[in-house]
Amino acid sequence: MHTDTKAPSQAATQGGDHHGHAPDLAHHFENHFQQHDAGNLGMWMFLSTEVLFFGGMFGAYTVYRYKFEKVFEQASNLLDPFLGGINTIILLFSSVTMALAVRAAQTGKGKAIVGWMAATIVFGLAFLGVKAFEWKHDAAIHVFPTKDFCWSYAREMHKTHEHPEYKPYAPQKFYEQDKNNPESKQGKLFFFLYFTMTGLHGLHMLIGFGIMAVIMVYAWRGYYTPNYFVPVESIGLYWHFVDLVWIFLYPLLYLLGAHLQSH
Amino acid sequence: MSAHGHEEMHPPAPVWMYVTNFLVLVVLTIVTYLVATQDLGELSTPVALGIAVVKAGLVVLFFMHVYESGPLTKLVIFGSLFMVAVLCCFFLIDYSTRNLNLLPPDEETPAVTAKKG
Repeated sequence: MHTDTKAPSQAATQGGDHHGHAPDLAHHFENHFQQHDAGNLGMWMFLSTEVLFFGGMFGAYTVYRYKFEKVFEQASNLLDPFLGGINTIILLFSSVTMALAVRAAQTGKGKAIVGWMAATIVFGLAFLGVKAFEWKHDAAIHVFPTKDFCWSYAREMHKTHEHPEYKPYAPQKFYEQDKNNPESKQGKLFFFLYFTMTGLHGLHMLIGFGIMAVIMVYAWRGYYTPNYFVPVESIGLYWHFVDLVWIFLYPLLYLLGAHLQSH
Repeated sequence: MSAHGHEEMHPPAPVWMYVTNFLVLVVLTIVTYLVATQDLGELSTPVALGIAVVKAGLVVLFFMHVYESGPLTKLVIFGSLFMVAVLCCFFLIDYSTRNLNLLPPDEETPAVTAKKG
């Protein structure tokens, strides 16, 4: 155990937690820089586990795409690369507002942290809104990998540029077509990967909203100083990481089949 | 942490750095979309991933401030990417060598011989 070598008498006389150091410096750190670097390194350690978490899924994608190259391109073509691109830009907007929120923390402007984070949440919600719009179409053409999944129907709707209303099942004749077609199962596999990867990405965003809400309350109360803003910086790193995952999901899922037919 | 001598907090980066980074990322997004609508054949995936890696690099360096991070942070980043590379190598070796018949065609496998006996 490290004992306070500095001034035990001072600690005794002052009482409380802040014996002989600044109130925003935890007493086991030498200075603010060291405190900041330690917290920052901890967040990067967490992000490295996140890299491995998503890495496993990107690995699964790699294997099956290598095995079922043609069908993966056709399945990707059922997604809208233009909407995906719009969403990429929306997410970049949310990243720059988050970077400015962290900058506001560095310059000691608590209210500005709240404003920039609110903007980040608005862009994040816009991203999920576009996603919801896509999912509505995905449900209507039956590409959710459940028992009503219908590869031939989705392909047919795409070919004819139709936007059908959602019904619980596709017409029976398309399921008949699917029965003896191995491509149907390969297409289903693509959509398993698509919904899992984008779903977990979306879940990360929702968790981010929750953490941001808490940090905004603290920021509003002036809890962070230019010397202590590790939580603000950490949620910033987390949010940029979420952006990074999308930067790879976009070409792998949406652009893979974009050359097959212009949207 | 104090290996590189200075003990001061980093000063905030100028706003133009974030704005420029954002604009470059938007341009790269538009480029990758336009390139993807063309049929580049075998090249399409390397090009798309190449642009994605450049974009990721810009996010990590400037939005995530790695350009001013200490060596330990860089080591952690390198470590995580290295472990993902190891993971990828091993499952690609695994999947690409499945169903390989390594025995000469005219020899029976020990398992089959044992069954006969």
